[in-house]
Amino acid sequence: MIGHIHSIETFGTVDGPGTRFVVFFKGCPMRCAYCHNPDTWSMEGGEEKTADEILDYYDQNKEFYMNHGGLTATGGEPLVQIDFLIELFTKAKEKGIHTCLDTSGIMFRRNDPELLAKYDTLCQVTDLVMLDIKHIDPEEHLKLVKQPNENILDFALYLEEKNVPVWIRHVIVPGITDQEEELTRLGYFIGGLSNLKALDVLPYHTMGEAKYKNLGIDYPLKGVPALTSNEAILAKQHIIDGIKKRRKELAEHKNS
Amino acid sequence: MGSEWNGFVGGEWQKVVDVRDFIQKNYTPYEGDDSFLAGPTQATKDLWAQVMELSKKEREAGGVLDMDTKVVSTLTSHGPGYLDKSKEKIVGFQTDAPFKRGMNVYGGIRMAMKACEDNGYQVDPEIVEFFTTHRKTHNAGVFDVYDAEIRRCRTNHIITGLPDAYGRGRIIGDYRRVALYGTDFLIEDKKAQKESFGNVYTDDVIRGKEEIAEQIRALQELTKMAASYGFDISKPASNVQEAIQFTYFGYLGAVKEQNGAAMSLGRTATFLDCYAERDLKNGTFTEEEIQEFVDHFVMKLRCVKFARTPEYNQIFAGDPVWVTESLGGMGVDGRTLVSKMSFRYLNTLNNLGTAPEPNLTVLWSTRLPMGWKQFCAKMSIKSSSIQYENDDLMRPLHGDDYGIACCVSSMVIGKEMQFFGARANLAKCLLYAINGGVDECTGVQVGPKYRPVEGDVLDYDDVMAKFDDMMDWLARVYVSALNIIHYMHDKYAYERIEMALHDRDVKRYFATGVAGLSIVADSLSAIKYAKVKPIRNENGIVVSYETEGDFPKYGNNDDRVDQIATSIVTKFMDKIRSHHVYRNGIPTQSILTITSNVTYGKNTGDTPCGRKHGAPFAPGANPLHQRDTHGAVASLSSVAKIPFRDAQDGISNTFTIIPGALGKEDQVFAGDIEIDLSK
Repeated sequence: MIGHIHSIETFGTVDGPGTRFVVFFKGCPMRCAYCHNPDTWSMEGGEEKTADEILDYYDQNKEFYMNHGGLTATGGEPLVQIDFLIELFTKAKEKGIHTCLDTSGIMFRRNDPELLAKYDTLCQVTDLVMLDIKHIDPEEHLKLVKQPNENILDFALYLEEKNVPVWIRHVIVPGITDQEEELTRLGYFIGGLSNLKALDVLPYHTMGEAKYKNLGIDYPLKGVPALTSNEAILAKQHIIDGIKKRRKELAEHKNS
Repeated sequence: MGSEWNGFVGGEWQKVVDVRDFIQKNYTPYEGDDSFLAGPTQATKDLWAQVMELSKKEREAGGVLDMDTKVVSTLTSHGPGYLDKSKEKIVGFQTDAPFKRGMNVYGGIRMAMKACEDNGYQVDPEIVEFFTTHRKTHNAGVFDVYDAEIRRCRTNHIITGLPDAYGRGRIIGDYRRVALYGTDFLIEDKKAQKESFGNVYTDDVIRGKEEIAEQIRALQELTKMAASYGFDISKPASNVQEAIQFTYFGYLGAVKEQNGAAMSLGRTATFLDCYAERDLKNGTFTEEEIQEFVDHFVMKLRCVKFARTPEYNQIFAGDPVWVTESLGGMGVDGRTLVSKMSFRYLNTLNNLGTAPEPNLTVLWSTRLPMGWKQFCAKMSIKSSSIQYENDDLMRPLHGDDYGIACCVSSMVIGKEMQFFGARANLAKCLLYAINGGVDECTGVQVGPKYRPVEGDVLDYDDVMAKFDDMMDWLARVYVSALNIIHYMHDKYAYERIEMALHDRDVKRYFATGVAGLSIVADSLSAIKYAKVKPIRNENGIVVSYETEGDFPKYGNNDDRVDQIATSIVTKFMDKIRSHHVYRNGIPTQSILTITSNVTYGKNTGDTPCGRKHGAPFAPGANPLHQRDTHGAVASLSSVAKIPFRDAQDGISNTFTIIPGALGKEDQVFAGDIEIDLSK
């Protein structure tokens, strides 16, 4: 099977635990206003690679990933190429490699049995999912990324059922995803996930802007400043407050 | 021996000069964290403020504050110099005042004159006359022997930076010996060494005996120099303050006499920690006091200065001294060689702030204690001033008492030295192969008049065969030049105090080096995997290239091109090895042009890899700028393929990364979420 790959980064330190071999998949149905990889949206271009070719390249560098690192699939949206992803992760697991999927969850559909079976298989070869919840509010989500969020939140619940560890990622954009109420609401939702292992707050930065220029696309967030470190710390605290609220309720419910 | 050694575990080191044995029997490995460290004392702050003020004045004066133009710098040429005698816990400057540069003429009187003139000073005419007419210098000796071919190679920059007019440096005296034994013991040892040559007077024996006589004289003068500061170094140091002071006196002697291309310190920290531990145990000194000694020591190392020319500073990108101190590493017995003193050395970056000197070099092993690794990381983030080298790679070859000279040259302290040999420009050599020995910039026939490439497209096998022939020629001329240089340096500018702090029979590495490896690799890859058309000027010299199609580039962990790079390294090393080298040296090679890439770029024409005339070379063994497109690991993996056995003098990789790309900020990232509901 052939995968459409945008690029490979051999020294990934921010996409999962440890030092990671990061595979950027081509193709994404989302159009997040703040996307910093617009060059991965289309299925055009990039390189065609087999899972074996990718893993051979991993093996050449494997000493760097042995100490709690591994392989991360990101993009683009890796789940657009779910069949290839399953093959890649299955072969990686055979080699004992830690596998991590960085996804928006947008492709998930519970009501399609054939697709769901594929997800079941994928869960068996995935050690960690980094789920990027763009916005907790359905309408705001639609505005921000041109897609609904119901299936994304459902994917989070599905991963909990399958007991796949998750990190929740959330990009904080000044004026768009930084409202206290929404953040607490997000925290309240993820506080209910028993498989939650980490919260990864991603401060919005403007480094993607140059790529838009190169691709000849208008940059949707022109003029929006990068998020400061202090703002990011505050945003994290709002989400944690939400998590606490939910955990507290769950604890009280259990006791009563 | 008196009471100085009380409290130490005895052994062989008491009978013969063996610093490593002393360290192994007496050091305390430290596996804790940095919480024990002390901050700067008021005296440290005051003295450092004085140094900063002098630095400011020096900058305002155009780079040099004061130069000695009358007195040739020797061990005893200058009286004591101080910043503020009442506050300095470790004393000694190269001349009688801080920031006053000494005059070193034995390397070459013309260079000394130029260094003065370029900075607005004039060497005393009597000194000039004396060292022109009555006393020959290293530089004069070399140019008496150089032939036309070597001169052409120099002026056309295919062989560059040769230490033929300045001190070769790269020799590390075992300065610890001064502290552990005192000079009386060392002089007795040297006398016995001199006797041990016997009385069959071959050339080698005559030279050996004369050199040891010089060494003994140097030790006697060193003792006098220390006495001028009020210290008796004829006996061993009795506490950690004296141990640091005596070690520094040894080093100070070296930098008084030699303006070398790199004047490195060695591996002193864990040696000195033996004294610190003993003093802490006996209550002689507190942690604050010991840190103060270290801070003052490092302050002195930061004030080492030489008289140099702007051209020299251009080659080396600044005015580096390369006071390299090798820290940490693992012992061959499995214990770590990290001690509290290793931490104290790095802590000077806190107490005195960031500085390029001394060049603090961490000998890295995967097995180093976690507390040390974390402290190194912390200080790297804070200061960007720490160099790392692979102890796991070097330990099998050198054992566990080696140090780094300059940036990457490894040698066993007091037992090995090197003849520094600058480097040959392999990228230019490839262009000579293409142009039949004609320089692409000057049009001069520098190399042998071999047949140049013909036709409209470069053929890999043809270019490789021609390159091979041209490397044969280059290796011969290069080794010849170095043989002359080191013969003359030994004769006219012998490093007597540094060699006095070595064993009698030292292993001498004959260090060569290459520049432009990544250019050669990418160029050959382009010729092999893409279509490269040569573009000739009106004289038929190929001056540029047109490349059609893509080709594998060094720095992406791609064997197709990485193997070209490694095979060139091995090939050129073998060509160097095939020649006679001076004084039974062991030929080595480095790939480490950290500082001179801009200069190389200016003097090397267009290359088949697409690099244009004037564009800088990549540093050392680095891939060319922006050719490594698969991230740091792939880039580092390409470099890591270069065989150490064929580049034993060091392989350098300069690596820059923004902190954000090295991991999550812990305040923003919350891992292992276990919410404490009570908060």
